[in-house]
Amino acid sequence: MIISVASGKGGTGKTTIAVNMALSIDGGVQFLDCDAEEPNAHIFLKPVIKQSKKVFIPVPEIDEKKCTYCGRCRQVCAYNAIAVIKGTGGKRGSILVFSNLCHGCGSCSYFCPEGAIKEVNKEIGEVEIGSSTALTTSTVGFMQFIHGRLNIGEAMAPPVIRQIKKYINPTRTVIIDAPPGTSCPVVEAIKGSDFCVLVTEPTPFGLNDLVLAVEVLRKLAVPFGVVINRSDLGNKKTDEYCESENIPILMRLPFKKEIAMAYSKGEPIVKVFPEYRKDFRQLFDAIKEKKGSL
Amino acid sequence: MKQIVIISGKGGTGKTVITGAFAALAENKVMADCDVDAADLHLLLQPDIKERHEFRSGKTAVIDKEKCIKCGKCAAVCRFNAINNDLTIDRVSCEGCAFCSFICPAGAIKMEENVSGEWFISETRFGPMVHAKLGIAEENSGKLVSLVRKQAKELAERRNADWVIVDGAPGIGCPVIASLSGIDCAVVVTEPTLSGLHDANRVIGVAKHFGVSCGIIVNKYDLNMSMTERIENYCKDNNIGLIGKIHFDKSVVESMVNGKTAIEYPAGIAKEEIIGAWQVLQKKLK
Ligand code: SF4
Ligand code: SF4
Repeated sequence: MIISVASGKGGTGKTTIAVNMALSIDGGVQFLDCDAEEPNAHIFLKPVIKQSKKVFIPVPEIDEKKCTYCGRCRQVCAYNAIAVIKGTGGKRGSILVFSNLCHGCGSCSYFCPEGAIKEVNKEIGEVEIGSSTALTTSTVGFMQFIHGRLNIGEAMAPPVIRQIKKYINPTRTVIIDAPPGTSCPVVEAIKGSDFCVLVTEPTPFGLNDLVLAVEVLRKLAVPFGVVINRSDLGNKKTDEYCESENIPILMRLPFKKEIAMAYSKGEPIVKVFPEYRKDFRQLFDAIKEKKGSL
Repeated sequence: MKQIVIISGKGGTGKTVITGAFAALAENKVMADCDVDAADLHLLLQPDIKERHEFRSGKTAVIDKEKCIKCGKCAAVCRFNAINNDLTIDRVSCEGCAFCSFICPAGAIKMEENVSGEWFISETRFGPMVHAKLGIAEENSGKLVSLVRKQAKELAERRNADWVIVDGAPGIGCPVIASLSGIDCAVVVTEPTLSGLHDANRVIGVAKHFGVSCGIIVNKYDLNMSMTERIENYCKDNNIGLIGKIHFDKSVVESMVNGKTAIEYPAGIAKEEIIGAWQVLQKKLK
């Protein structure tokens, strides 16, 4: 079963829920941190990285010896990633590739009539694979850990997320820590999940962004439920919204200074306060039940 | 005119609360909300929408079933797995590159323009604001951010404003990069946690990469004093100005619940500290 943990708004405790649930389930889960822009789960899970792989996207490289500046490549590129200036009066033309805008679709190299375009790999990030023993008990077992990191200055996280998700092992319980927001990186991380946990807080900001996240999940047709974090800081509007929309509330976690403290030091809650394990196990059971009843 | 952006790397550190407060404090300004895929600033500023525009950007492939000869060439060239086995388009995966439409021998694939959001010019009790709403699960948030920035800047020029105050996006990808261009100072709001520092460091890396100067605000700094100290040392080591430190203060949540900025809400230690931070920032930019 693939469970993704997401939130419209950042900072609601998405990583906290994902990490602590992963550490409370028996039998060796696979943990994927798909927030490639700001990966945080490793801070809590302290994985031992065994393998690291660069992520590349193919971008065009022009052989100016062959190029006739015909402009066909510029014409087919939907992202304005190529500029071509035709030569006039015996002067050579010129051609420029803006690799930051390139999505690596391959159209230009296919259509160049002169065979002047070769695709070369451009590194945009990396994926690391390892295992975490942040909390080893006889039942929790060995956790496989995978995350990715977008390079500084790169704009597009989805190719890194796709690379992380290639490691999904569907025979295991897979937990995906998704990026915040409602646009392409989130969609890339969540699609294909069996269930999604939306983490929110009961404030106007939290609710505003929860409503957007719910729209994303409905569009993707992924079943979901809500976890209300810092459930005592705010108002009742989130509860009312969930009730009126028939959205199950799977868990409530009140604000506690000691939880915030553990978080700030990069310690999982269930490691410092093992009594919380049963709450996170209940969360997992609630997900299984919801999933089963669909 | 000075343009400042409030960013955080990590979400939920209080970026929008600080933006709202600065909006209340600055004189003669224009606000812009560039957190286009989860915009929250309007909850504090209650904009009265004066102008509403469609945001058209990007295209999506559509296959005409009647014309399709089921050759499968489109699926073979698509690198985004956007063509399903039954030769229909997975609209969510399609990135609009149009490769399939060029290659289809039957001319069965058309590219349709997306209406991927809306943007607005509004009036608020603190002055004009430009904001936007990206459609659900849409792409091109970077382009929408650039559009909001451009409109805000033009509006500020028309009105002779002294400040453009921008609420940035979380993360380090395209919307953040777009919200940094032409900025005089990026205010990075962080919290005293390992994740907060880790993410602030990455987003500061992005700002430096694009040559934008930064300052840091540590929000809820009393939640972990030793982490706050680490952040202060980080500022010193990297030559980044510490603009302010703000207490964890429940009245900030209360003000938000009441749709007010922290400045308009009575009392609270955080309020005084935010005012202090604004003064430091003003001096820095003189
Ligand atoms: S399509 Fe080929 S020949 Fe024509 S401008 Fe592009 S690279 Fe040059
Ligand atoms: S690979 Fe696609 S996106 Fe990149 S430059 Fe060529 S046509 Fe444009």
